[in-house]
Amino acid sequence: MSSALLPLAQLEIRRRRGGTCESEDGFCPDWIVDNLERYVSPLLEHIVLTVVSVGIGFAIAFALALLAHRREWISAPLSALTSVLFTIPSIAAFLLLVPFTGLGPLTAIIALVGYTQVFLFRNIVNGLSNVAEETKDAARGMGLTERQLLWRVELPLAVPEILAGLRIASVTTVNLATLAFFAGAGGLGAQIYTDITFRSNVVVAGGLAILLAAIFDLLILGGQRLATPWRRAAAA
Amino acid sequence: MTDPAASAPFAANPFVEAIEFLITPRESVTGGVQVGGLDEMLTLTVNHLLLSSAAIAIACVVALPLGLWLGHVGKGEFLAISASNVGRAVPTLALIAFFIAFLGIGFVNVLVALTLLAIPPLLTNTYVGVRGVDRDAVDAARGMGMSEPQIVRRVELPLSVRSVFGGLQLSAISVVATAILGPLASVETLGTPIVSVNVYGQPGLLGASILVAGLAILIYALLAVAQRALTPQGLKAGRSDAPGILRRIPFLQRQGSAQPT
Repeated sequence: MSSALLPLAQLEIRRRRGGTCESEDGFCPDWIVDNLERYVSPLLEHIVLTVVSVGIGFAIAFALALLAHRREWISAPLSALTSVLFTIPSIAAFLLLVPFTGLGPLTAIIALVGYTQVFLFRNIVNGLSNVAEETKDAARGMGLTERQLLWRVELPLAVPEILAGLRIASVTTVNLATLAFFAGAGGLGAQIYTDITFRSNVVVAGGLAILLAAIFDLLILGGQRLATPWRRAAAA
Repeated sequence: MTDPAASAPFAANPFVEAIEFLITPRESVTGGVQVGGLDEMLTLTVNHLLLSSAAIAIACVVALPLGLWLGHVGKGEFLAISASNVGRAVPTLALIAFFIAFLGIGFVNVLVALTLLAIPPLLTNTYVGVRGVDRDAVDAARGMGMSEPQIVRRVELPLSVRSVFGGLQLSAISVVATAILGPLASVETLGTPIVSVNVYGQPGLLGASILVAGLAILIYALLAVAQRALTPQGLKAGRSDAPGILRRIPFLQRQGSAQPT
């Protein structure tokens, strides 16, 4: 355990030699083209960390929000708890979990799931409670039960706010997952840390992380358009 | 496990060891120097706080006037809102790494990187806060003969205190968290025992993590208290128009309502 967190930079033996651009830590398009394959598995690890954490985080937040929707009194303390969790620096959270769950993706995912809650739980709760009383009354007047009201009226109307939370949670998780190597979970951050003074490396690994965040953001935005056809109808 | 502590007959609780590290100095893993103990941890904490507060102070000087002005004239919504979306998408490690790789190590570079990190939440929250001020209140102030700067200072700023502090809390959290990476650029902070774990050992790493987590929560709580103290009485009384959860936790409220663009 003690050796795994040694700064990788200090262990890294420079594999680059000879070429002037690489040996001067420059930005070298040729080197980037030749070495792209070394970024594939960190990128995949990063994607897995993000998708799994946001997925589990969403399931937990959804269940807690439905509970909070029924029992109003638990929503304030839960919400406060999510913000305290969010306050803990992610590096500290990763490192403090290691003695319990060991080095590896599991530890990183536990912490990342914790960080998603602040966006997901709150947005789902807000989305549900922002549904207009008149709308709910109309639905009740049509004979919908409370359960039907939730699934057919309240949740569909809360979709934009829920997906807004999901977008922020995904982008934030991509960001925080660059530090997941402190929990021994790899990802693009490990690649950045390995050779932090080499411009080509920093640009490619950092750029991929930013690109990944943008792609998640756009995918969920697209999902939001598909899931709320009435919004487009109203705009037309 | 290759950890020497694990093979010892009585493997000490890592957290107990970490607390011991914070209190009493010990010989470093590499030998020869004393590390840890109250004195060194105090120095590192002070460094950490100086770096963080300098970054947040500069960010306030830049972002608050800009946010207030943009909000007051109602322009630049795209800039003010997308600032925090872009800020969120740039990993803090990548930001620090860009600075180290392209501009080199040193206090100033880390300070600038942390300042860049602190600006977006402050700018967006200030803008959103000012735009959220009741236009009738602004019109009433204008009708009373206040000049535009007076309106900003005496009406819009006090009424958006909650949102501004929400941004300040977010900025402070991310700056304090990212200052851990300072040692990568040769700036000593509480991140030093974490980054140089081969010198400080596992207890140093855990001890510094405990300290920095506590520090972040403390700063967050102090800012919440300050926000409450600075919020005009009238706003505290009139908080019944939104669900309780929204009103109670300002930084959540603003973050949630700020839709990504």
